[in-house]
Amino acid sequence: MSLKVENLTVYYQTLKGEVHALENATFNLADGEIMGLAGESGCGKTTLGHSLVYLNPPMKFIKGKVSLDNAELPIWDMEKMESQRYKKISIIPQYAMNAMNPIRKIGIMIKELIESKKVDFKSIEPELIRRLDLVRLPHEVLNMYPIELSGGMKQRMVMVISMLLDPSLLIADEITSALDVASQKAVAEMLVEFRNQRCCKSAIVITHDISILHQIADEILIMYAGQLSEKASNETIIHSPRHPYTKLLISTLPKVGANYAKKKLMGIPGKPPLLLDPPIGCRFRERCPVAFKKCVEVPPFVEIEKKHFIACWKETGSNA
Amino acid sequence: MLKLNQLSKTYRVGTFGGKELHAVNSVNFDINDRELVSLIGESGSGKSTIGKMILRLISITSGTILLDGKDITSYKGNSIREYYRKVQGVFQDPFSSFNPIFKADQMFKTIHDEFYPHVTGQAWTTKLEDSLKDVGLNPEHVLNKYPHQLSGGQLQRFLIARALLLDIKFLVADEIISMLDASTRVDILNLLADLRLRGLSILFITHDLSLGYYISDKSVILYCGCVVEKGSTEKIYKNPLHPYTKMLMASVPRLDKKWDAADISLHDEILAPKAGCAFYNRCNLGSRDKDCACNLPILTEVEPDHFVACDKLK
Repeated sequence: MSLKVENLTVYYQTLKGEVHALENATFNLADGEIMGLAGESGCGKTTLGHSLVYLNPPMKFIKGKVSLDNAELPIWDMEKMESQRYKKISIIPQYAMNAMNPIRKIGIMIKELIESKKVDFKSIEPELIRRLDLVRLPHEVLNMYPIELSGGMKQRMVMVISMLLDPSLLIADEITSALDVASQKAVAEMLVEFRNQRCCKSAIVITHDISILHQIADEILIMYAGQLSEKASNETIIHSPRHPYTKLLISTLPKVGANYAKKKLMGIPGKPPLLLDPPIGCRFRERCPVAFKKCVEVPPFVEIEKKHFIACWKETGSNA
Repeated sequence: MLKLNQLSKTYRVGTFGGKELHAVNSVNFDINDRELVSLIGESGSGKSTIGKMILRLISITSGTILLDGKDITSYKGNSIREYYRKVQGVFQDPFSSFNPIFKADQMFKTIHDEFYPHVTGQAWTTKLEDSLKDVGLNPEHVLNKYPHQLSGGQLQRFLIARALLLDIKFLVADEIISMLDASTRVDILNLLADLRLRGLSILFITHDLSLGYYISDKSVILYCGCVVEKGSTEKIYKNPLHPYTKMLMASVPRLDKKWDAADISLHDEILAPKAGCAFYNRCNLGSRDKDCACNLPILTEVEPDHFVACDKLK
């Protein structure tokens, strides 16, 4: 088991009180798997990703246990995590492609980065060159400034940089969302290729775009308002979801070949609850078409079939 | 109703403005009454530039835009207000369209003072509430609030309601749903489709092909400022002919189908040959040759209501 997260709860400390952004997240990620993490904005998907790497204020660790390759990750301790970051667990934050140092040539920037992690750059260089070929970037990019690269090239460069030290776990936050469809496809497929070549053992891909996940992910985890809703294999989530939120979410996506005149899609009425003072029980309750009495209690995230987890009283019944 | 005729926009770039960038290059298409046309292209294809030229936000380098046969640049001085009574736009980011210091409905007051100073009191309130109801908002819930108290979907509807207050005939919708969540974006799309049924013409600018198919009758595919394919949405999606359109279709992530292993050409350098086909460097047609690099392909009708700009398909 590569990554194991148990009851992870992270809040944001604000002047008005604590924002319950992530509540009791429990899941496993096997070696070699790409897990997609999807949900609407504000559902806590980025909080989950970031808390595994860099849990800085206003994020506040409440409880939970995270282990990576059978060793516990001290995510609550910023300093102890320092030795893990980039080497064992690496992250591509949202908009990372615009965060490259604009006044350094890319090659020099990478050298400084690697050396800051006390690793000899010379020993990495051949691998760096090989991986540039893998993402179809010319070697000259190392002598260029970030401004000379297009968005898709920068995103591919960031992917190479983030996995240079072969981390166990890569967290990729919205790496495809600012790109054109052609670049999107290239970046997504290259991520799969990196995984296949074991440049990272496993990956969590955070995105709001479920159709991208359907192309590349092995497992998909759906979140709603800080709670995990459903986790299952890619095919199961897309073709036979069981959680009412997942069902509605999938049904709102226009498909190529679906037309307004022929089949009108419907959105989900209502809006997500405020997490400053979240409703008790299932947080999807208010928008859920099948909610009933029992939903005022928090539904447990249980395995109803092999590798299919769901948090819904309707599906798990009262015997859960 | 709206006709784009050889429309071009050229920017001067380079240190001393010595180079020219053709953001939009001799674009022709029409939007008829009650028609919803999607303008589809990647970033940098010039799709927003066209929208802005229609809204008179940027100047036109050459060519004309005709609204009901009248050149839109001929509106001068006070008559510009008449133009904006008919044509309005809604943009991508609803959060930055509002001034956070003022209440969101301040914008309606501006409209009132500028366009309807003679409508007062109850008549104006009724008109305002009607247009909010038209976009699916409950006036009690949304009026008298600051922008941060409303959701992205609500703000976007606000902006559409503002446009509707003016009894417009034409709406430019520039990526209006790309910032919204999946659960609300469909509702905005349906709203656009309903407005069209009530007589509005809409130019729907998007990079997302599945949205374009869902909502539009006609599509225009733009690449590097040139129209590469246009015609009935049905025909373009069922039978894409231009190599660029084919590549786009193959790259769209779909729920019913996995990506093919087909190789895609990446848009790493913008080295479009000056004279020839803009897509030359990325084109994967086996028959690509020297002529493609030298002659600008002309849009030709390959079947009724389906135009393609590729010389190799004739």
